[in-house]
Amino acid sequence: MASKVIQALYHDDDVLMHAVKKVRAEHHHIEEVYTPFPVHGLDKAMGLADTRIAITSFMYGCLGLTVAIVMMNYIMIEDWPQDIGGKPSFSYLENMPAFVPIMFELTVFFAAHLMVITFYLRSKMWPFKKAENPDKRTTDDHFLMEIGVHDNEQELTDLLWETGAVEIKVTEKES
Amino acid sequence: MASHYEAPIRKPLVLGDKGYHDVTVDIARPVEGKANKQWWIVFTIALVAFLWGLGCIIYTVSTGIGVWGLNRTVNWAWDITNFVWWVGIGHAGTLISAVLLLFRQKWRMAINRSAEAMTIFSVVQAGLFPIIHMGRPWLGYWVLPIPNQFGSLWVNFNSPLLWDVFAISTYLSVSLVFWWTGLLPDFAMIRDRAVKPFQKKIYSLLSFGWTGRAKDWQRFEEVSLVLAGLATPLVLSVHTIVSFDFATSVIPGWHTTIFPPYFVAGAIFSGFAMVNTLLIIMRKVCNLEAYITVQHIELMNIVIMITGSIVGCAYITELFIAWYSGVEYEQYAFLNRATGPYWWAYWSMMTCNVFSPQFMWFKKLRTSIMFSFFISIVVNIGMWFERFVIIVTSLHRDYLPSSWTMFSPTFVDIGIFIGTIGFFFVLFLLYSRTFPVIAQAEVKSILKSSGEKYKKLRDAGKPLYEMPAKGGSKKVEAPKAEAKEVDPKQVSSLLEAIGTFDPETDTADDLKKVKGIGPQMEEALNQIGIHTFAQVSKMTEKEYDLLDSITGSFPGRAQRDDWAGQAKKLNDKK
Repeated sequence: MASKVIQALYHDDDVLMHAVKKVRAEHHHIEEVYTPFPVHGLDKAMGLADTRIAITSFMYGCLGLTVAIVMMNYIMIEDWPQDIGGKPSFSYLENMPAFVPIMFELTVFFAAHLMVITFYLRSKMWPFKKAENPDKRTTDDHFLMEIGVHDNEQELTDLLWETGAVEIKVTEKES
Repeated sequence: MASHYEAPIRKPLVLGDKGYHDVTVDIARPVEGKANKQWWIVFTIALVAFLWGLGCIIYTVSTGIGVWGLNRTVNWAWDITNFVWWVGIGHAGTLISAVLLLFRQKWRMAINRSAEAMTIFSVVQAGLFPIIHMGRPWLGYWVLPIPNQFGSLWVNFNSPLLWDVFAISTYLSVSLVFWWTGLLPDFAMIRDRAVKPFQKKIYSLLSFGWTGRAKDWQRFEEVSLVLAGLATPLVLSVHTIVSFDFATSVIPGWHTTIFPPYFVAGAIFSGFAMVNTLLIIMRKVCNLEAYITVQHIELMNIVIMITGSIVGCAYITELFIAWYSGVEYEQYAFLNRATGPYWWAYWSMMTCNVFSPQFMWFKKLRTSIMFSFFISIVVNIGMWFERFVIIVTSLHRDYLPSSWTMFSPTFVDIGIFIGTIGFFFVLFLLYSRTFPVIAQAEVKSILKSSGEKYKKLRDAGKPLYEMPAKGGSKKVEAPKAEAKEVDPKQVSSLLEAIGTFDPETDTADDLKKVKGIGPQMEEALNQIGIHTFAQVSKMTEKEYDLLDSITGSFPGRAQRDDWAGQAKKLNDKK
């Protein structure tokens, strides 16, 4: 479905923040904001929900720890116990101190990599993915706010000029 | 509300009159421009060294480890020395990007990208040594936990050498994704500036289609923070585990419980020295003096001084414990280090690592670029000697005097070491021409708080931004004119909250003393009826908003500069 959107460009993050607040105060739904760098507090101003990616990282870390324990218990205790320098080889718990480094490393390995993979997939980033920022200047020094148009183009245009936009464009968007 | 306020006492981290676009241009320049002659000269030298090293590696693998200078007594020497040296250097990058991120140190942003690159490239060098030392590197996969083909005999998880495999591969791979995730927005910046189709294609591929949505940035920041939290214990664990390779053995001089913290401090020490070596050259070659300032170099010198002193304490502790233990083998190992045939290595280590960083107590020396560069080289040499001393002097006189001997490296030992230095510089030089060498997105995010341009604007009481003329259709009204038509109802509710000014009993303060209040703003405030610091200090968010709607000029200004907090201090001083 093709929908009509209005895109306002700003050249300063403070102007953008005020614009976002003003547009929200006028009860318009901001579809997206593209910025060249993290603007602190923008997610709150836009009303975005907090990200849960840190929670996934914790769960991946637990998975990594479990994998480490299960793997070493099978290898060192069950499948092929060896007498190495007289260390206890018949009980995981008693041999555990020697396994702590690997348990730690695998926890970090799983937590870090799986979280980053989750981030890339959730934000739709992978090699050969085409970038979707509507204006090239949004990775340089411009900030772009995108609002859906529902037969209120003139009203929105006036409002956005009012908030200090430097450029306004109305386009059809395929989605 | 984005807060750009920073204490005026802090020196600017980005020098010069730089706006957002200037940052883009400055950081894209080395990538978009052509390499100069010096770059080609240095690159050629590095490449030749690398190729020589490659030849020596091929010779070692095809002939056997016997081509090295190892003997029955000294059965571990340059290979493991170089390995530990490179791993140690690889510690600064993640320390700068992770630990300094957790401590919210803004100065890390100019140097973290290159420091992380250095980390990855030096861990690659380190990883080469154990693989070559295997003798049959094609069987390197035997270190992975897979059953061998003769039965289900597994790797030994009780061995520190196997812990090392896990620690270093985790460290390398996590550092790599940390680095790459930070690079995505910067690759996207270069992608969107690229004019040549080939460049555009390459950087589109590298940037993974980064778009910069608000949600992406929210996740990006969270991911960076969590990765920093994970990488901090990780970086400490890596050299701890490397030190276990020695500390869990029973060789006098190695069997030391102080090794883990001592190795970690030494690693940070040598890593920062290498960062200084590389960045002092890079800021010059790539014209980045405005971003990697003398202040950055000074701060790194302070870290070098502190960690160098920690290392010095560790050396002395080792000596004390050897004496205090009453174990004569242990005592002899240390006596032999300092006074035996390898005294020159021991005292070079002491001079380079403990003595030379103490010059950094002097501000004049630690802000001198030439001197910092010189010391960084000295520290790199000293830290190589530290590993050599620990490894070779502990081995060369063992329990059996008849087998006492010396170690002398062959040309192959030397060739492989020089080769890794060449390889390291080949990688780093290629990186400096193709990657954005400064995390420009992050630098932009601190520009308004720490950039010289904005600091000056703030000091002058001027706004950090201007509202653009409204679409060319309507004229912007001057803020002064707006201030005149104030709404009396709003004014009275504002004064109700912060107290009124009575000219009979109170005296008016010079409100211009508050950073961010200029003569114009003072006039506007006086017009409303605000004359004293006491009144300003009572303002909260509600009053700020009220004030903004009354004056109509520079919305958000008062909150950002924390007028109330400043006024409170000024009022207390009266």
